Amino acid sequence: MHDEFNPATEASEAEDESSGLTRRGALTCMVWAGTGLLWTLSGGVPKSLGLLGDALAAVPTGFTFLQISDSHIGFNKPANPDALGTLREAIGKVKAVKSRPAFMIHTGDITHLSKPDEFDNADQLISEAKLDVHYVPGEHDFIDEGLGKAYLARYGNGTKGQGWYSFDDHGVHFIGLVNVVDLKAGGLGRLGPDQLAWLADDLKDKSDSTPIVVFAHIPLWTVYADWGWGTDDGLQALTLLKRFGSVTVLNGHIHQIVQKVEGNMTFHTARSTCFPQPAPGTAPSPGPMTVPAEQLRSMLGIASVEVRTGDKPLAITDTPLAG
Amino acid sequence: MTRSRSDFLAVRSIRAGGVRALLLTFVGLAAILGLSLVASGHQALADDPTIKIANFTFDPPTLTVKAGTTVTWVNADDIPHVVSEKDGKFRSSALDTDDKFSQTFSTAGTVEYFCAIHPHMTGKIVVTP
Repeated sequence: MHDEFNPATEASEAEDESSGLTRRGALTCMVWAGTGLLWTLSGGVPKSLGLLGDALAAVPTGFTFLQISDSHIGFNKPANPDALGTLREAIGKVKAVKSRPAFMIHTGDITHLSKPDEFDNADQLISEAKLDVHYVPGEHDFIDEGLGKAYLARYGNGTKGQGWYSFDDHGVHFIGLVNVVDLKAGGLGRLGPDQLAWLADDLKDKSDSTPIVVFAHIPLWTVYADWGWGTDDGLQALTLLKRFGSVTVLNGHIHQIVQKVEGNMTFHTARSTCFPQPAPGTAPSPGPMTVPAEQLRSMLGIASVEVRTGDKPLAITDTPLAG
Repeated sequence: MTRSRSDFLAVRSIRAGGVRALLLTFVGLAAILGLSLVASGHQALADDPTIKIANFTFDPPTLTVKAGTTVTWVNADDIPHVVSEKDGKFRSSALDTDDKFSQTFSTAGTVEYFCAIHPHMTGKIVVTP
């Protein structure tokens, strides 16, 4: 474990779905999961099967919430001609979760083109889960003519600025951040000074022992700068969070699972419910990856997060739609 | 593309008969011979430059044009892009696959632009007098 938080140098050591499982990576995962994540190598691809020990196959004792991401309703290209169908399957998985989750978060790119019917269709399907849903926007949700008006009219109620907010549940402080607005040429995702000032103020009265879950669309740490997978001023937000004993950072945007632990911070990106994207640097561009139809559902999915009492870190279980 | 479509129109119109058919035949022939059609008003000229957006890059990344030239961006990716001048002096709407955006550059100088939703994508238009 490192004392200094340094996402730029640590990013290369992060585990991703297609890299080999390094010894350090395996140890990191075990530290991260408390009782350990059960990994298996399937065709050279490490895959999370669930938690070892007391958590394996057991009904969670802590409170749980779910994460879904990158539904891209409106997308109809070869990588997935039926975005609505795979979201429907994801919601089916959500409904089948044994212990009822407290709520769901959606980490953005609800729609593909910010069109009203795309928002309508997503809303209608997601509401079938009958859970409260806390949203943050992706860049695809802010490309209507009003540059975010459609999203904010629907999900902006009670939020600040371009849609950021915080709330408390079961003693955990949840923070939804927006890093897809007013992006700068040559840069990455961006929070901006107003949101950072709000975050500092929001955290001011929180004790160091308050568990924090922060979620945003684009990774707050640099996963791969060449493809824009990071946030320019993300480190400023993470520095504000450094004093807390347990911080979990949940993101979407990159349509694959990448995770790492740094000090008290756990970073995790979710799969999409629509189409997979290539591992960093393994394709000419980060565009949608077309895989054989029978493989698609093994690369899409939902994540369940269990918050356990005491000082144990949060346990995150990713469930593919199939396979 | 233009050629085959013009040919088709010409053939159809000849069958229909009339003066219009002759005109369309001429248009079709002009296209076959590779002559550029004179566009009227704001329409982009056939030989005006195009920047292809593919694999999350602008191709070519730097384009040099004479003042008064209209440049057209075409999105060949499966993901939408938004062409925006660095400080937002012009900005396209979201360009889905095959969508186009045109901008005329009347003043000499260098214009820097980027994709407003994938800001690591950048390009330049160098406008000469």
